[in-house]
Amino acid sequence: MAAKSRKKRTTEIFALGNEAVVEGALLAGCTFYAGYPITPSTEIAEEMSARLPRLRGGVFIQMEDEIAGLGAVIGASLAGRKAMTATSGPGFSLMQEHIGYACITEVPLVLANVMRTGPSTGMPTSPAQGDVQQARWGTHGDHPIIVLSAGDVQECLHMTVTAFNFAEKYRTPVILLLDEVTAHTREKITLPDPDDTYVFSRLTPSMPPEWYLPYEDNMRGVSPMPPLGSGYRYHVTGLIHDDHGYPTSNPKEVEQLMQRLFRKIDQFFYDIQMVDEIMCEDAEICVIAYGCVARAAELAVQQARERGEKAGLLKLKTLFPFPRPAVEKMIRKCPTLIVPEMNMGQMSREIKRVNNGQSKIHTLNRVDGQIITPGQILSRILKG
Amino acid sequence: MAKVTQLIHNYLRHSKRFPHVFCPGCGHGIVLGSLIRSVHSLGLAKDDVVLVAGIGCSGRIPVYVDFNSVHTTHGRALTFATGIKMANPRLTVIVIMGDGDALSIGGNHLIHAARRNIGLAALVLNNHIYGMTGGQSSCTTPLGSYSTTTPFGQLEEEFDISRVAKVCGSSFVARTTVMQARHMDKMISTAITHPGFGMVEIISPCHTQFGRKNRFKTSVDMYRWLQKKSVSLDKFQELPPEKRKDAVVTGIFEQKDCIGLEEKHARMRRELRGET
Repeated sequence: MAAKSRKKRTTEIFALGNEAVVEGALLAGCTFYAGYPITPSTEIAEEMSARLPRLRGGVFIQMEDEIAGLGAVIGASLAGRKAMTATSGPGFSLMQEHIGYACITEVPLVLANVMRTGPSTGMPTSPAQGDVQQARWGTHGDHPIIVLSAGDVQECLHMTVTAFNFAEKYRTPVILLLDEVTAHTREKITLPDPDDTYVFSRLTPSMPPEWYLPYEDNMRGVSPMPPLGSGYRYHVTGLIHDDHGYPTSNPKEVEQLMQRLFRKIDQFFYDIQMVDEIMCEDAEICVIAYGCVARAAELAVQQARERGEKAGLLKLKTLFPFPRPAVEKMIRKCPTLIVPEMNMGQMSREIKRVNNGQSKIHTLNRVDGQIITPGQILSRILKG
Repeated sequence: MAKVTQLIHNYLRHSKRFPHVFCPGCGHGIVLGSLIRSVHSLGLAKDDVVLVAGIGCSGRIPVYVDFNSVHTTHGRALTFATGIKMANPRLTVIVIMGDGDALSIGGNHLIHAARRNIGLAALVLNNHIYGMTGGQSSCTTPLGSYSTTTPFGQLEEEFDISRVAKVCGSSFVARTTVMQARHMDKMISTAITHPGFGMVEIISPCHTQFGRKNRFKTSVDMYRWLQKKSVSLDKFQELPPEKRKDAVVTGIFEQKDCIGLEEKHARMRRELRGET
């Protein structure tokens, strides 16, 4: 007898990018949101405030500022919840200290940053991609971090699920970069069947509490993480700590902690690196883009193909750790690369760094609060 | 070993390398002792207690005790505690902060935690100075006193921590000093069992930093001075106005019936899910 085919429970909805982030978060098992309202990320908080209290144990709390928002998220994550917050430029700057805290205490969380034109208050309702390097290096001290980006509404959903999975798998904060245009585009998306969605939840310890080491230097580089109050009483501190979590300044133990923090991300690089190669097989001129610019670039590449140009698009979904192998592959293949960005060249400097003079890198920067159009990219491609 | 010492040893983390960071004569150890006695007398399980602390001398307290302990960032302990309490209301969350921690850098969080009336017990260890960084003036350094950043005397008025908490809506506010261990035990236990936000301001002098700049030769001098200045709320109200100046008033300033924010949330959720 043939196996009964299960009816797929997919739904189609008409949603904003911000709403898709909420759908993704709930799909990934997020039950806690704390934050502070800021344009253009507010729909995430609004939607969460309506949805979370209907879930068992779901908590939405509006805090007094972004610092408090991320603080509460870290607290909730320590207590065993999948937790997130969302913000934009000025709030993202305020959150930097706590991002570092989450890095060193290895607390999983997701932070969606809807980029608007900056610096400072800038243009709150205009898009930009100016927070790319801040997402990588914003908090002080050496630290590894995972930064993802999304360029359309469906991708907002998928990347939010992925962000939660990475956060839980590697016990690290994950920053999801959107931009105002992606966040405020309303289009049809498909909510995937929850049974078909890969959701990872953090490992919790099963050994007796007296054997448990919260910051053990093991093969994975990641220790299981018990929720507060489950019998594993350990110390969490932003000070450099030993494997028990106790503060230390012993050079050996300090070195061990720092090396492990980097290793736990580095050794899973190929799991984290996500790129889309679009029409890249025979490409001679390659556009490297991310976020909403990649969407414009896709159309530009298609139009260039129609005109006989062998153009391709490398769409970066993981921004950091920098997808160096994928970029290097295109550098080897294409004598010309074009990097359109809505900033003064924050990602092109990474690409130039790995290019090392091999190919020609053309930047296409737009910083007037408007999106880069397919036409702009197309004419750059045609110029060669 | 005295019985009370034995009791305290049951709660210390012996895996942690002692000695602790506190100076000889510091009051913070007295607060830790009192906290342990309070938790013990309430019969709370170690697993159910979470100590959350900020940065500074007071921030080092949790590492020595065998509870769940979280040493957070400067001034933000209350935000972490809010997340923990909302995520798991079953936990008893006790927040330990210093004066600079709670009122200078973390002032915004204190006033909002008090307004929210979330079920946390907040202990503010007031030593009138930034001790760990070398004795700079804080927002509670008394007018005219000296510190390493007020070499010519403090010109600014000081914060009255208990008054701030009270006007911001904290449903339990008390002040005590490290010279009154039994009173402190009682205040801390009450704050822990209080359903809403309970704040206890504890005057814990810093003779190393504050004392040396303000002509207290030894820690004992400082404690004597504190004892002389301390007066209970009842006695304070009988004092003539000229004697009221400079007094450290101890006692309960606010205690009202309430339900904590986490309980309100739980009720809202039950209502939304039709589980009433």
